[in-house]
Amino acid sequence: MSGKIQLPIVNPNYEDGAPGAGQSGDAPKAAGKPRAEGGDVMSEIEWETKNHPVFLYMKGSPVMPQCGFSARVAQILQHLGVQFASCNVLEDMEKREAIKVHAQWPTIPQLYVNGEFVGGCDIITEMFQTGELQELLGVEG
Amino acid sequence: MRLHESITRKLEAGLALEHLEVLNESHGHNVPAGSETHFRVIAVSPEFEGMTRVARHRRINALLAEELAGGVHALAIEAVTPAQWAESGGPQLDAPPCRGGMKNDPRG
Repeated sequence: MSGKIQLPIVNPNYEDGAPGAGQSGDAPKAAGKPRAEGGDVMSEIEWETKNHPVFLYMKGSPVMPQCGFSARVAQILQHLGVQFASCNVLEDMEKREAIKVHAQWPTIPQLYVNGEFVGGCDIITEMFQTGELQELLGVEG
Repeated sequence: MRLHESITRKLEAGLALEHLEVLNESHGHNVPAGSETHFRVIAVSPEFEGMTRVARHRRINALLAEELAGGVHALAIEAVTPAQWAESGGPQLDAPPCRGGMKNDPRG
């Protein structure tokens, strides 16, 4: 097991997945630093996964998920009271493809904890059921 | 049935399997009847011994890279060892309710 993480650390530029915490619901926000012209999407993925203890790539937002698999992972994190940042990949087609290469993982959602790829919906659900996710995140429940 | 068959064939060819279920769950999603977009794979293999969950999934994803690139939109995976399968007594996960995303997906 890797070490427990410090919570919360929330970058104000990112959507916060905690219920009721600064969600606009609409007004698509480019999660993360805007890519400078010619900017490197892989560096941006590296940056956002390393600079947020818990980062979720998903379809839609935690409040308005656009896919059942993404919704389930967001719900699990919210249920555990974990603060997390997220990125709606439906608003960024380049990143949607780049995250698949970055994690060597072909599907969405993708959850990173402490900069490490942890898994998609099935793995997160299994880890939640066994308590491994709670242990990794350092939370009860 | 084209993708269902090729998924089944490739997993059988690429893994030593004690049990395999390939379920087309597309009907629960926002796609036309008869679609082959959403699949669930339940694979029980001794090869998964000593592999992390991520490694097991990557193994399956690699075997199905063509299908994932060519039409399979969602692939749910339960990859367990024979011992885990015996202990659990069957599939443990179920499909989450669809949120209609394919309707709004710019790539479709």
